[in-house]
Amino acid sequence: MRALNPQIDAWFTKQGWSIHPHQQDMLDRAQDPATLLIAPTGGGKTIAGFLPTLNELANGDHQGLHTLYVSPLKALAADIKRNLRRPVEDMGLPIRIEDRTGDTSATRRKRQRADPPHILLTTPESLALLVSYEDAPRMFKGLKRIVVDEIHALAESKRGDQLMLALSAIQVLCPDLHRVGLSATVEDPDAIAHYLAKHPDPCDIVHADPGPDPDISMLQIAEPPPWAGAGANYSIPAVLEQIKAHKTTLIFHNTRAQAEIYFHNLWLANEDSLPIGIHHGSLDRVQRERVEAAMVRGDLRAIVCTGSLDLGIDWGDVDLVIQIGAPKNVKRLVQRIGRANHRYNAPSKALLVPANRMEVVECVAALHAVKKHDLDGDPRGAGPLDVMCQHILIRACAGPIDPDTLYPEIKSVGTYSDLTRAAFDDCFDFCATGGYALRAYDKWKRLMQRPDGLWILRDPRSSQRIRMNIGTIQDTDTLKVRMKGSRGRKPLGEVEENFAASLTPGDTFLIGGQIVRYERLREMTVEVTRRADKKPKVATFSGTKFATSTQLSQRILRMFQQDSWPELPAHTADWLTLQRGSSTLPRPGRLLIESFPHDDRSHTVVYGFAGRNAQQTLGLLLSKRMEELGYDPLGFVATDYATLFWGLKPVADPDALMNTETLEHGLEQWLAGNALIKRTFRASATIAGLIERNLPSQRKNGRQATFSSDILYDTLHKYDPDHLLLRITKQEALRGLVDFGRIRDMLDRTSGRIDFVTLKRVSPLAAPMFLEMGRVPIKGAGEERLLAAETAALMDAAGLG
Amino acid sequence: MSHYAFTFQGEILHALASGALFWPKQNLFCVSDLHFGKAQRYATQGGSTLPPYDTLDTLTRLSDDISNTMARTVICLGDSFDRVGASDDMDDQAHDWITRLQAGRDWLWIEGNHDPGPIGLGGIHLANHTVGSISFRHITDQRTRGEISGHYHPKVSLKLSKRNVSKRCFIVDEDRIIMPAFGTYTGGLSVLSEPLVSIMKRNSTCILTGLQALPIPRPNAT
Repeated sequence: MRALNPQIDAWFTKQGWSIHPHQQDMLDRAQDPATLLIAPTGGGKTIAGFLPTLNELANGDHQGLHTLYVSPLKALAADIKRNLRRPVEDMGLPIRIEDRTGDTSATRRKRQRADPPHILLTTPESLALLVSYEDAPRMFKGLKRIVVDEIHALAESKRGDQLMLALSAIQVLCPDLHRVGLSATVEDPDAIAHYLAKHPDPCDIVHADPGPDPDISMLQIAEPPPWAGAGANYSIPAVLEQIKAHKTTLIFHNTRAQAEIYFHNLWLANEDSLPIGIHHGSLDRVQRERVEAAMVRGDLRAIVCTGSLDLGIDWGDVDLVIQIGAPKNVKRLVQRIGRANHRYNAPSKALLVPANRMEVVECVAALHAVKKHDLDGDPRGAGPLDVMCQHILIRACAGPIDPDTLYPEIKSVGTYSDLTRAAFDDCFDFCATGGYALRAYDKWKRLMQRPDGLWILRDPRSSQRIRMNIGTIQDTDTLKVRMKGSRGRKPLGEVEENFAASLTPGDTFLIGGQIVRYERLREMTVEVTRRADKKPKVATFSGTKFATSTQLSQRILRMFQQDSWPELPAHTADWLTLQRGSSTLPRPGRLLIESFPHDDRSHTVVYGFAGRNAQQTLGLLLSKRMEELGYDPLGFVATDYATLFWGLKPVADPDALMNTETLEHGLEQWLAGNALIKRTFRASATIAGLIERNLPSQRKNGRQATFSSDILYDTLHKYDPDHLLLRITKQEALRGLVDFGRIRDMLDRTSGRIDFVTLKRVSPLAAPMFLEMGRVPIKGAGEERLLAAETAALMDAAGLG
Repeated sequence: MSHYAFTFQGEILHALASGALFWPKQNLFCVSDLHFGKAQRYATQGGSTLPPYDTLDTLTRLSDDISNTMARTVICLGDSFDRVGASDDMDDQAHDWITRLQAGRDWLWIEGNHDPGPIGLGGIHLANHTVGSISFRHITDQRTRGEISGHYHPKVSLKLSKRNVSKRCFIVDEDRIIMPAFGTYTGGLSVLSEPLVSIMKRNSTCILTGLQALPIPRPNAT
């Protein structure tokens, strides 16, 4: 057993603490190349990660950087800085701790490069930027340890891939680097260990005591939830009662727009004026920090929030978590529940509030899963090539590179351990010449080979551009929202450019809990005035719509097979019984398709249970197929469970409709021009460095500074269909917004076993779908027709028709 | 071919959906801002290496239009090349293609701000040109009337139920026409931005291009 430095030991004693077994474990493994710690929130995880560092730095001998700490949030880096400095000062240790994020001033950043602190707290993007500098070897000299916090969140994203690529470069500079990962409870710890360690180094996994099971249930509300929708307004009185009965309550929502609406309605009903705040990623940083500070002081009784509070900042005394809307994903639910009760060994308390009847079933299924510790997650697959392209360019910024040494270096990253040399060479060629079938840039390569065989940037100016474009977060272009006449003061927050473009003066929307009136767009800022209306036009600004996980969907299908449902509220159990009587319930391993007339239209419902994105894609693909088969479809709407189509003729041959080959072929054709695919392409092309980000400074003058990614996509598709970026786009389309991978899985799972039911009227299970938002009209030549009609109307209105 | 016919200075002109202009009476065809070699210029300046098919694509569309209209006169309204010297870097295939297009027609290169010098291709080089009551130049001269120019790459956005559609467009008032850019990789300037707002009269018309040529009154600047 490794002993603690006496000063640290004394401090522990003074606090009346003894070292937790997992903290001792981490200390004992200080010399292992990689260790993964899995601990619940409040388990002293951060201290466990830093103990070996403090121990090694206590004698004051170490010069320069010793430990890098990387977290997914800037706020978390700042939070850890505060929480680490205090004990270090109390212990009287000679340790300098600083953070470095996008918010750090340029002077301080420069000084940090010349004279790095002992412990540097940073984010993946800031670290990638450090790796791109020529002086990186000096900066990282002597680095011993790296602590990756909230590694379970990073391991799921391209930000995490970028981080591990940056580490592979640092590892070359510091061969005896020790890696530590700190993770919340996950379904597959081995995958995270593989992600963390330098391949093929071993990585031991330390499990802290997970603590008692959470106290989790559905919030009992007298009124049944509505049939459809995601608002959960019916729950407001009951939720207010819960807020009153607890000290601090976190109220999680799945999207920012829902959080805004719920917050607004909560305040309309908040007769006691309980202090309730709102926190989500579209709000201005200053406003978020105000809410965070009020929360830490204990001034707030409740915070309406989104995923922006998912990660481990210590928010003080939260004693209740309420999840509004189905959790969609059991793992995330468990991690959210962990936000309540930060005291170790006290159960977290959580309540679920389904927003509609189907979500009641999903919530109950999720409760079962939590009790069984059955977490969900989809394996992420091999490391994405667009991120690797960016890494190659970043490495070229720092100095000459040699593909023969860079290739094994990248293969040492867990997620890239299966990378073939051919795939690497493709990416390298893309970085150097664009990788086109037409070799047009041999004279104007981006990377060129020197006589000594090493590759450098042909034009030194390009390093500046590459650095400006570091990062993998897809910024949907957002615009600041500001009160009219408040120039120079802090903006209220941000909305998506698309949303801003859909506004006309006089429209009202919610932001930060206020209703504001859109006045005008001025220099890329949305100017608004305050309004006291009761009904705002809804802000549909971003916030990812999560799809229900495969595991949770399967659980629901299994639940459907029960003879009765004593665990469900009567209103929901009756609904399922009715469906069983008049049609049939969807079954695992089979695909239910219902066909019925309604309102003079033929309706078809495909219960794929493949998640929202995949059901949406299925809607687009099947509507094309229906058009080919002569069913004259007119539109569709998708939920997490099913897609509802309406059209002029009933579906006669479901097997022809659901044929895997034709659907795959449909996807191929669809790749030619669908807007979702183009968005996917744009994301990858930006990450890979083909197009530059729309930087705010360039957008000011109104002239487009960057190339339209749609035009580039069309051009590539037409002249170079086998280009690397199109291959990457196709790969990406299997996940994310398009999620074709889940359609393929669904088709494999059901493999032609279709339950085709023809009914005289709408089935009970289908009925709520008629109330769903987001109906998609089927286009074809539709957009051009719409355009012609709209332009004719405008000419008429102007008296020019 | 989809076009929108309108009267300008007493002459009937066709705004083609492709973004070119055709004057049937004169059998005259006009395009602006071809920007040949744009992707290459970008690469030479240390930018990224964009798909190098823009020249080929622009030429294909240009060639289709010219053979469809069977024009006797072709006016390229400036910024035909993205930079001085771009015509020298053009590959032989593109070079020959332009030469073939020029055969049997009057071909006028109007100078633009990106390509002011003479270029090593056939055709006549002019600062500006006048046919009847209509003058052709690259950047509008606000003192003249009856003028067709390019340079600004106008585009306009239109709200269609739930989506925004942005299209390159002609912008037309009684005194002048500003043409959309024809080059494949050209961006655009909103007709609601300066200086386009000040140059064009309030009652100007935008003719959207794309699959169809569709006129709308210019939206009001907010």
